[in-house]
Amino acid sequence: MRNLLPVLTILAALLVLWYAAAVVLNAQWARDQAARAGAPLSFSALVTDTWSQDKPKLPAPHQVAAEIWQTTGAMVLEGRGFSKRSLIYHSWITFSATALGFVLGTALGIALAIGIVYNRTMDMSVMPWVIASQTIPILAIAPMIIVVLNAVGISGLLPKAMISMYLSFFPVVVGMVKGLRSPTPMQLDQMRTWNASSNQTFWRLRLPSSMPYLFTSLKVGMAASLVGAIVGELPTGAVAGLGARLLAGSYYGQTIQIWSALIMAATLAAVLVGLIGLIQRITLKRMGMA
Amino acid sequence: MGWLAFGLVAWALGWWINSRLSHRPRTRATGLLVPVTFGVTVVVIWECLVRGLSISPVLLPAPTAIAATFAKSIHILWADFVQTALKGALTGYIMGCGAAFLTAIAIDRFPFLQRGLLPVGNFVAALPIIGMAPILVMWFGFDWQSKAAVVVVMVFFPMLVNTVQGLSDTDAMQRDLMRTYAAGYWQMLLKLRLPAAMPFIFNGLKIATTLALIGAIVAEFFGSPIKGMGFRISTSVGQLALDLVWAEIVVAAIAGSGFYGAVALLEKAVTFWHPSQRSRA
Repeated sequence: MRNLLPVLTILAALLVLWYAAAVVLNAQWARDQAARAGAPLSFSALVTDTWSQDKPKLPAPHQVAAEIWQTTGAMVLEGRGFSKRSLIYHSWITFSATALGFVLGTALGIALAIGIVYNRTMDMSVMPWVIASQTIPILAIAPMIIVVLNAVGISGLLPKAMISMYLSFFPVVVGMVKGLRSPTPMQLDQMRTWNASSNQTFWRLRLPSSMPYLFTSLKVGMAASLVGAIVGELPTGAVAGLGARLLAGSYYGQTIQIWSALIMAATLAAVLVGLIGLIQRITLKRMGMA
Repeated sequence: MGWLAFGLVAWALGWWINSRLSHRPRTRATGLLVPVTFGVTVVVIWECLVRGLSISPVLLPAPTAIAATFAKSIHILWADFVQTALKGALTGYIMGCGAAFLTAIAIDRFPFLQRGLLPVGNFVAALPIIGMAPILVMWFGFDWQSKAAVVVVMVFFPMLVNTVQGLSDTDAMQRDLMRTYAAGYWQMLLKLRLPAAMPFIFNGLKIATTLALIGAIVAEFFGSPIKGMGFRISTSVGQLALDLVWAEIVVAAIAGSGFYGAVALLEKAVTFWHPSQRSRA
């Protein structure tokens, strides 16, 4: 709560900046219109015009908010909350790909981490490649993965989820390897004096002590997998999903639509990451670690 | 059939070599040889699978085919590399990281701003910023300037958060010592706090390298002149010229790893005193 006032100040400053930038960026169009009409343009008229254009260079926050309300809340009130024009529908499409990719990526990441911790050969041969795989701008192959999987007959959710998976497995591997190795030699020796099998050591010591690391990487992985899902929607020909809304908006110059999709994506990311944070707090509290 | 059998043999051989190597004491040579063997084995198996199962080149081209395309179209790849990696990514990287660094130093003097900006910055760093790409392409046109702008926006917040955190990484004892030396704000900043912040700053710089290339390539999906890595990838996928796409990916991989490696080398030179660097040497 101590940070509430500073954060609100920063947010207010950003909002003011946004409105000011909207005036500056949209002024040219307003001036052109006024010159064509031959009417003089007072400053207040200029400001109101720049904040209410149809296709502004930068829409004002209230325009974006109105668009979001029209495509979510208002449509729910009309009972068409899941129609194809509604942002809720598009968010759902993106969310389902994100969630599937996230689950697959987490499973792959944990499996790889266990292999790396327990198998020396795997540690030395796979780990460098896991790190190298992230210096490759993997999003670049998103279109290819979509097209190739489509040619094999796999389409719809799975190709997008694969891209999400690729982006989200990395933080999980790195975090889990660190976490599974976090028990001290003292603790491991203690397990040995209790004659614990390696199975028991894993379930009773290594896995529980890796939990804080796991949750931190899950948050990063979730954000990454949302980015993956959005980019994965770009080359599918803009059918559905937030990424498709972005692409369609950029084709037709619908800036308000782009910004509302962007804000929805940001909200989705915040909600998902916040959800993991909540689970983290509950789990760690019940395990007596927080 | 022959190719498949050969692939199996290669797999067994690679496995055997690696398990032998990894049970020897860990030295520089084995640390390098093991991952290389793994990589070579994967490529050989890939080649054998493509030939043995006669997979159509439209789905998955063989490594040799990719290498041939790479050699054949090297001038196209070079032009794309210059357009995307040097003009788009590198310019944006320098501008974005520089701006974030200066902003961090500026807000460092005001704890109020710092407390407000850190949560906001952390939040923004987790957002799908790549979605800004279509807007920035609209503002700055199709050429590399818009790609650089996307990169600036993408690298700004991770870099800012890391630098701010790094600047507060000195403890009271060290700052008191500087004060007993009668050090002013700038002396304290240059001699104590900036050097202490270097590991954090390099962490931010390393994260930003991958983000920069991703940003520049993905921004090209939203409109670009007729060269550039992202442009080539999306059009070649449309023409089903997957060998060219893979060649472009090889370029991206080399560029990405080289970029990251350069920053890592620089880090080693600058933060040689940090425990994480000392223990390895």
